[in-house]
Amino acid sequence: MISIPAGKFTIGSKDPMAESDESPQKEITLSPFWIEEHEVTFAEWDLYFKDNTLPQSKKIDGVTRATPQYIDMTWGMGRAGNQPTNSLSQQAAVMYCKWLYSQTGFFFRLPTEAEWEYACKAGNNSAPDIKGLADVGYSKENSGAKFHAVKEKKPNAWGLYDMLGNLSEWTIDQYDAAYYQNISTKDPATTPGPKYPRTVRGGSYLDDATELRCSNRIPSNAKWNQRDPQIPKSRWWLTDGMFVGFRVVRPSIQPSKEEIEAYYARYLK
Amino acid sequence: MENNLKSRREFMKQSSMLAGGLAAIPFASEAGSFFNTSADDAIKVVLIGCGGRGTGAAMQAMLSKQNVKLVAMADVFRDRLDDCYKSLTADDLSEDLGIPGNIKNKIAVTEETKFVGFDAYQKAIPLADVVILTTPPGFRPIHFEEAVKQNKHIFMEKPVATDPAGIKKVLEIAEIAKKKKLNVVVGLQRHYQNSYRELYKRFKDDMIGEFVSAQAWWNNEGVWMNPRKAGQTEMEYQLRNWYYFNWICGDHIVEQHIHNIDVINWFKGSYPVKAQGMGGREVRKGKDYGEIFDHHYVEFHYADGSILNSQCRHIKGTMSKVDEQIVGTKGTIFCGNMNIVDRKGKVLYQFDKNKENDPYQSEHEELFAAIAKGEYKFADAENGAKSTMTSILGRLATYTGNVVEWDMALNSGLSLQPTHYAWDADMPLKPDANGLYPVAVPGVTKLI
Repeated sequence: MISIPAGKFTIGSKDPMAESDESPQKEITLSPFWIEEHEVTFAEWDLYFKDNTLPQSKKIDGVTRATPQYIDMTWGMGRAGNQPTNSLSQQAAVMYCKWLYSQTGFFFRLPTEAEWEYACKAGNNSAPDIKGLADVGYSKENSGAKFHAVKEKKPNAWGLYDMLGNLSEWTIDQYDAAYYQNISTKDPATTPGPKYPRTVRGGSYLDDATELRCSNRIPSNAKWNQRDPQIPKSRWWLTDGMFVGFRVVRPSIQPSKEEIEAYYARYLK
Repeated sequence: MENNLKSRREFMKQSSMLAGGLAAIPFASEAGSFFNTSADDAIKVVLIGCGGRGTGAAMQAMLSKQNVKLVAMADVFRDRLDDCYKSLTADDLSEDLGIPGNIKNKIAVTEETKFVGFDAYQKAIPLADVVILTTPPGFRPIHFEEAVKQNKHIFMEKPVATDPAGIKKVLEIAEIAKKKKLNVVVGLQRHYQNSYRELYKRFKDDMIGEFVSAQAWWNNEGVWMNPRKAGQTEMEYQLRNWYYFNWICGDHIVEQHIHNIDVINWFKGSYPVKAQGMGGREVRKGKDYGEIFDHHYVEFHYADGSILNSQCRHIKGTMSKVDEQIVGTKGTIFCGNMNIVDRKGKVLYQFDKNKENDPYQSEHEELFAAIAKGEYKFADAENGAKSTMTSILGRLATYTGNVVEWDMALNSGLSLQPTHYAWDADMPLKPDANGLYPVAVPGVTKLI
């Protein structure tokens, strides 16, 4: 985990590549937090997923872990310990955070959009350097159509790897194109509504390089689970979301036990 | 230039958000329903088998663009039927479909048209125009027979049987369905998937030359398991944990791997004449796992000598792969990569992933469109039966460890079914004093 200091940054972008949902720009103040240096790997995920003391359940609830994958959801891209775990729903990612909390006593959660963008920009709010992108991230142009082991590319100024590219990363926030109109300027977070759309960030190995921008906001889509023929569809896996992963954050100031439990209950509903 | 790029990306983002999980779903209208339907001229659908896949298939039928209603449901278990009904009548389906809305006004099932028990299908089928058959596959032959007898159009899931006697029956009924011009779609959905259709077109256009050999894989970590509960009869236990019993499941080479084997049959344009292979239970053992193997490796021989090498495995921590590959004299088709590559590695064709469809939805769209127009277009049952038979042939080969001929196996009369279906039925397969079931032993187990 990398320690991210409290601070201010400007969310959004007025770059010519920016889309309308990246405006208006606002100055945001954030409390300090820790963020994982890299995307959660299979080695890390498997400590949870292969914990035989926990029951596997189709339903997302208190003490369960994910059901077996009906098909191979790495799609042949590999499952080595240093490769990033993929094809996970946002709820599965939150369940992993909850499991980490149960193991360590420390509160882990997904980053908010603002936290993620702050960590990605790492003090640099200028337009992206498309030329240098191949050195820091895997997009369609250099990935060979598959994800890669974490930390192969150069880190950003704050020491974070693969913020841009490789896997798109879950944030906790609901996607709202007009979010920045009324965004809170201190530790903003959205109220969870429907499961779609929620926001992923960073772009992936399948995206054009132009998608790999710190301010780019990508809404989740039910198509990401299209190939699950059952109803209810899997609450854990995304059959067509092979490009989605996540990294965890831990706020520097730990909330109360009640607040932590309320957080998990709110996002695992 | 940049602005064009940007507006294209914004357009993609917006259109993909609107479309949600469904290509062209009508927008939510009154009271949150996706549809306005009039009851009288609706196509009446009956669901036989109310598990997760049955619920999914019923949902896909209801979401087709035709005027469709679900009028009856049948299952052996009341709780499965109730869960299914609850899912279909939920106020908000956004977690599954991506946009808020429901299909409540398409569900015209009443307490009187919910049928429970082994004979429930006989009571439900008369109410239908179209029957959806989605129980575990052991029941499929008798359900298919009843639906065709009563002149219904049919969507039925794969596999369509678990034993040669069941295949024989399905082949006979398939002929009757053709004569009666009843549309039959089988849930081998790769036939309804754009990428496979495009690859097939190019195969027929000779892009890889002559068919030489093929590979097929369904290797993964396995599926769910339901342990025995106190008070269950042997029949109830085997049905609740059906994946592990051959009379109802057929083993995973039949239940899952059929998809990949069927693709090879489809491209080859014929079915194997014999098979031999090896398999066993190496890791997944014990009383919770019935009798099925955890791995099979089979060579299937076609009449012209070309070979399909097929492997399927349910072992955690091993290489995971679900795919097909077809080798021709001029090139190779990689189904998972959706491309065709020549002998030197040059990509001759690459399917554009953005043009992929949801094949589970498409099979219902196409079926219900044909029915609405009064067309007779689909006769999938024969191929469904023969691809199921191919998978069964593989199982017989790995269980016996010997060469198994298609004709001999198909005409063997082998049936795994209990003499009758009832909660207290005398089951052909029983556990021993330790709760363990007899398992096939290659070299010892005989075909009959």
